Formats: sequence, C-alpha cells, structure tokens
Amino acid sequence: MNIDKKICDDLVANDISFVTTVPCKQLAGVIEEVENRDEIFHIPSNKEDEGMGLCAGAFMGGKRSAIIMQNTAIGVTINTLATLTQFYRMPLPMIISYRGELREPVACQVEMAVHTKALLAQMHIPTYHFHWQDDVKEFDNILKYTFMCNKPVAILTDANFWGGYGDQ
Amino acid sequence: MIRSEILREIAPILNPHLVVCNIGLPSQELHMIDDNERNFYMLGTMGLSSSIGFGLALAQDKPVISIDGDGSVLTNLGTLPTIANNATGNYTLLIIDNGSYGSTGDQPTYAGQKTNLTDVARACGCDTVIEVQDKDLGPVLQSAIDSDEMTIIVCKCDSGNIKLPVITLDPVVIRHRFMEAVKA
Repeated sequence: MNIDKKICDDLVANDISFVTTVPCKQLAGVIEEVENRDEIFHIPSNKEDEGMGLCAGAFMGGKRSAIIMQNTAIGVTINTLATLTQFYRMPLPMIISYRGELREPVACQVEMAVHTKALLAQMHIPTYHFHWQDDVKEFDNILKYTFMCNKPVAILTDANFWGGYGDQ
Repeated sequence: MIRSEILREIAPILNPHLVVCNIGLPSQELHMIDDNERNFYMLGTMGLSSSIGFGLALAQDKPVISIDGDGSVLTNLGTLPTIANNATGNYTLLIIDNGSYGSTGDQPTYAGQKTNLTDVARACGCDTVIEVQDKDLGPVLQSAIDSDEMTIIVCKCDSGNIKLPVITLDPVVIRHRFMEAVKA
C-alpha cells in the first residue's frame, strides 16, 4: 500500500480541496502527492498558525481544508487552535508527523514528542496515532468524524508508520 | 486621522464586500460603525486577519478585504511571501499603519520606527503595494477592490483610540452569518 496515495485519495474522497503544509522530512512524500493532485489546491505556509488562518478562511469560503505539519507545531499553534479553530467551531484535520517517537534519530525531537499527546489532551482535541501502515485504513473515518463534529482533529503519524529513516 | 475616523470614512466602500477585521479595537470600531453579516470579526488570534482573508479569497470569487494593523502584520510577517506567491485578484490587504499597538495601549511598533512595511511587502514579492495617507485612502481602496490586481495598501495615520465596548456576539454566530453572506 502506498500511504501517501491513500491519504490523498481519502482527502479527495472527503471533498477536501484546500491543503496547507509546513514541511517535515517524514511528510515529503505526502506533500509531493498533495502538490500533484489536480483536485487539491496546495498552498505551503511559512508557519503553522498562518496555515490555520488560511484553512479557516478557505473553510468559510466553502472549501473543506486540512493542514499537514510536524508535531512541534502544536507548541506554535495552541492559541490559534483555542481562539480561532475551536472558538468559532471549525473543522480541521491535522495530519501531523509525530517526530521524537520510536525510530527517531534526532534527540531534540523527543523533547516535544513527550508533550504532544498531553497538549492535545489538554486542548480536548480528538487524537489518533498511526504507528503501523495498516492504521491508515482509519483515515477516511477520521475525516468524516472531523467534519461531523466541527473540531480540529489530530492524526499523529510516527516514523514507524512512514517506514523509518533508512540509513540516516 | 485615527483608525476609527478612517473606518468611518471607508465604511460605505467596505459595506458591500466581505471583510475580515483584525482583533481588538479595529473589530469593535467596525462593529459599532457598520455591523453587518459580511464582516468577520476576529475575537482572538492576533496576526491572522491577513491569512484568514487570503484563504477566503482563494476559496471563492467575491472580493475580500482584510483589515490589519502594522502591529498585527509584524506578528505574522511570514504570511506576506505566502500572499505574494499565490496572488489572487479578489484580495485586498489594508494595513492601517499607525505605528503603534493600539488595542494594548499605543505602545510603539517597529513599523513606526525604522521598519517600512511598504518596502517589506514589496520585498516579499507583492506586485502592487500602495502607500497612502489616511485622508486619501477612500479612492485608493475603491480602485483596489475594483481592479483585478491583488493590492496591499499601507495607510499611514495617527495613533489613538476611542472608548467603546467589546463585541458580545457569539463567535459561532459571527461565523455562521458570515458564511451565509459568502454563499449569498
């Protein structure tokens, strides 16, 4: 199974046509796939809170939107999640590369990894963790759930899910 | 002129259009001067008026005006390259540049000192950037809305605030009626 393709297929099947991304090594494949899809308008952001602003505007303009980013972004976007996405009750699927988990080669990434789930729990953000490639089968249901409840929803995807870092 | 005087003067120009208005006093002033369903008031999230308005402009065809301040633009300066590189003709970013953080007590911003937001916007790649003095804003704003060119307007004005109440509209009501106006 090509998980980059599966994720984009599910985005398109759920009528998500506006996707913003902040890059991460693990996300390179899915970002490339998003860029190549005619059904999706891809707009790279310089910072994740900016991206959430773009998504909020696109949603109000009638387009379902999503953000793809790294888990370090949770540290950047708490205020935006609380005072924009949650306060105005907007749906936002957040496909998050979960750095600092098993098979992570960079020690500093663990420092945010240990806070990630706690922060999401504190924010009452529904959170799913993809560790095995088969976990991606739940993605379609998670997207439907997000637009049913009008909330930001986090999908944490760790290095094991993406197939590790090879020789890095 | 101070910001509230500018908003009063341009309210008839803004009225038919979708407006995303900056947090704090700018939203409170616009709400007092001309509350309508085409205004999206930001009740939080300083800095994102430009990004929210830009996302809205990309998602549909109606003209969108983001009202921002110099302090808020400095907070989210990284969005100017995003806007420049994905330009859409139905978008106007109006930066009311009074050189101060008005809502928090008029502390000076760097935009009132050595930093020139007009130059910054141009350096970020925005093709049409117009710096205008407060009294001359109306016709410049109207032609920016009417044109097919995305326009960044930097409106230089005095700092100063009027006293007025906070917005008590529920955020979901603001969002819902705004989305209905977008669809109308």
